[in-house]
Amino acid sequence: MIRLNNIEKVYRTDTVETLAINGISLDIAKGEFLSIMGPSGCGKSTLLNIMGLLDEPSKGSIKIDEQDISRFSDQKLARFRNQKLGFIFQSYHLINDLRVLDNVELPLLYRNSSAKERKLLATAALEKVGLSNRLKHFPSQLSGGQRQRVAIARAIVGNPQIILADEPTGNLDSAMGNEIMDILINLNKNEGTTIVMVTHDESMAHKTHRLVRLFDGSQVQ
Amino acid sequence: MLKNYFKIAIAVLKRRKFFTFISLFGISFTLTILMVATAFMDKVLSPDYPDYKRNRSLYVTSMEFKNSKEGWMNRSDVSYYFLDHYVSTLKTVQKIGISSSAKASNAYVNNKKLVIEYKYTNADFWNILEYKFLEGKAFQQREIDNAELVAVISEETKKDYFGDEQNVIGKYISADNINYRVIGVVSNVSKTLQNFCADMYIPYTLSKDYKSTNLMGGFGAVLLAKSEADLPKMKREYDLMIKKVPIPKDFDRLYCNADPYFASMTRRIAGDGTNDGLTKAISIISLFVLLFLLLPTINLVNINITRIMERSSEIGVRKAFGASSKTLVYQFIIENLILTFLGALIGLVLSVIVIYLINGANIVSNMRLSMNFTVLCYSLIACVFFGLLSGVYPAWRMSKLNIVKALKAQ
Repeated sequence: MIRLNNIEKVYRTDTVETLAINGISLDIAKGEFLSIMGPSGCGKSTLLNIMGLLDEPSKGSIKIDEQDISRFSDQKLARFRNQKLGFIFQSYHLINDLRVLDNVELPLLYRNSSAKERKLLATAALEKVGLSNRLKHFPSQLSGGQRQRVAIARAIVGNPQIILADEPTGNLDSAMGNEIMDILINLNKNEGTTIVMVTHDESMAHKTHRLVRLFDGSQVQ
Repeated sequence: MLKNYFKIAIAVLKRRKFFTFISLFGISFTLTILMVATAFMDKVLSPDYPDYKRNRSLYVTSMEFKNSKEGWMNRSDVSYYFLDHYVSTLKTVQKIGISSSAKASNAYVNNKKLVIEYKYTNADFWNILEYKFLEGKAFQQREIDNAELVAVISEETKKDYFGDEQNVIGKYISADNINYRVIGVVSNVSKTLQNFCADMYIPYTLSKDYKSTNLMGGFGAVLLAKSEADLPKMKREYDLMIKKVPIPKDFDRLYCNADPYFASMTRRIAGDGTNDGLTKAISIISLFVLLFLLLPTINLVNINITRIMERSSEIGVRKAFGASSKTLVYQFIIENLILTFLGALIGLVLSVIVIYLINGANIVSNMRLSMNFTVLCYSLIACVFFGLLSGVYPAWRMSKLNIVKALKAQ
C-alpha cells in the first residue's frame, strides 16, 4: 500500500544541516496497522508527514497504492490526499470556529458532495465514534478525548484507505487513550483501513500488527 | 462550500473585534467617499435637468487660435456671429441652442444686494433644453427680434427677489438698473451644469456684442442632431465647415470643436484644440481613485495577513484534508469579499446620510445628489475591486504556507 524507498530528509538553515531521516525504506501492506516508535526528535513525525504527502523527502521515492507521487502537481496531490488519506493529530487540529459537524464535513468540502450528502456522511462518522449527540457543539465545549474522537470522525468521513495518526493518544489519559485506540483497532479490523501510528506508548504500540523503531533518523527495528 | 466560508468569515470577524472594527471602518469610510464621489460624477455626466438630449447633442464651448511659429495662442468662448454665420448653416444640425456664459449683475431688495447671474439665449435654446416652467413661458423669436426687455428667472431668484409672492409674471425685476419684465419662472438648475444654469435668462439681442463679427466672443452652443445616428454625420460636417473658417491674421491655426458633453468638459479642463483631454482626464481620475484606494488597501492587506497567519493551523488542516492552494486562495478571497460587502453595507448607509447632509447644506448650488441604480452599480464594482485588491495578496501568501509548518504554528 505504501512503499518508501531510501527516504532522506535534510533540514537546512544558513549554518546548519540536520539529517532528520536517513535512508529509510519501508513497505506497508494493505490493511496493516503499523506503529512507529522512537525517542523525541528521531524523525517519527517527519516520516509520517512524508508518508502523508504533507512534506517532501530530500531524497528517495514514495509509492502509495502503486502510484509514484513524486511528480504530482499541487492540485493532484491535494486530490490524492483528499481521496486516499486521513489524518489524526496529537493536538487534534480542529477548527475552533466551526461546530463539530462542520469540522467533520471538512474533507468532503473538497469533493463534489452535496450539502445533504456531507451532513449524512459526517453524522454517520460521528455516530461511529460515539459523538452523535455533539453535532452542534464547538470544539472548545468538548473534553480532550471527545475532541480526538471528532478528529477521528473527520479522518474517516471520506472513507480513506490510509489513516496516519501522529501520537493520537499523546494528550489523553490512559482510559481515554485506550478508547481512542479501540476505535482505531476496530476501524482497521472492520473496514480494512491501513493505519500508520506514531506513538511514545509501548503498550499502545504492542496492540498494532508491526512496530518500527527509529533512532537518529534511521530504522533500528 | 460558500455557506462554510460564510460561517468561517463571520466567526473570524467576531474573534478579534478591534481588528474587525479597523477593517470595517477603513472599508466603509473609503467606500462612502467613493460612493459620494460616484454620485457626484453621475450627476455631472448623466443627462440631467434640463439637458436630457445629450445622446444627440454636440457642444461648442471654446475656440483656439494658434501661432505655431511664435508658439502663442488665444483661447476663448465663441461669438454669436460665428455660431449664427457658420454653425447654423450646417444641414445636419436640426436646432442650435445658443447661450452666453453667465454674467453677474446687481439687484437690490430691501436695501440688500442680490447678485443675479444672467445668460443671453436664443429661441431654440428653450426648444432643445427641457426647462420646467413653473410659471409663464420662454421668450419667442418675436420678442428676441424686438430686443424686448423680458426675462425668464429661476425659482430661487423669484424667492430671493419677490419673496413669497405667488405669481410674478408681468412683474419687473431690476438688474444693473435695467427693468426686465418677467415672463417665465423655471425650476432651479444645478450649478454643475455651467452651460445652462443661471438666475435669469434674457434675449441675446440685448447683449452689446452679439453684432460683433469677431469669431471669439462670450457664447456657446448645443447642436441638436435629428437622431443619435446622425451625430457622426453632424460632427463630420462641422469639422469640414471649421476648415473653411478664415483664420484671423497673426495666427496660422484655428481650432473649434463640437464635442459630446463629457469631452466638451474635459477639453476645457485638460485638453486643447487638438486634444479633447478625455484620456488625460480619465487617467487622472483613475489614478486618483487608485491612490485613494491604495492606503486603506495596504492597511487591510496588513490586517488580513495578521489574521490569516493566526489561522495557520486551519490552513494546514485544510491542506492536509485536500484543499489545494488554489482552493484556499478562493476561500480567503471569498471571505475578504464578505468582509468588504459588510463594509460596503455600512458604507451605503453612511453615503445616504452624507448625501442627505450635502443636499441639505446646498454645498453646490441646487445640486441634488442621489443614490440611484447607476451609483449603486459603480459602488458595487468599486467594492468588488477593493475586496479583490486587499484579499489577493494575503490569500496567495497564505496558500504558499508549508503544511507542516502551518500545523506546528498552533
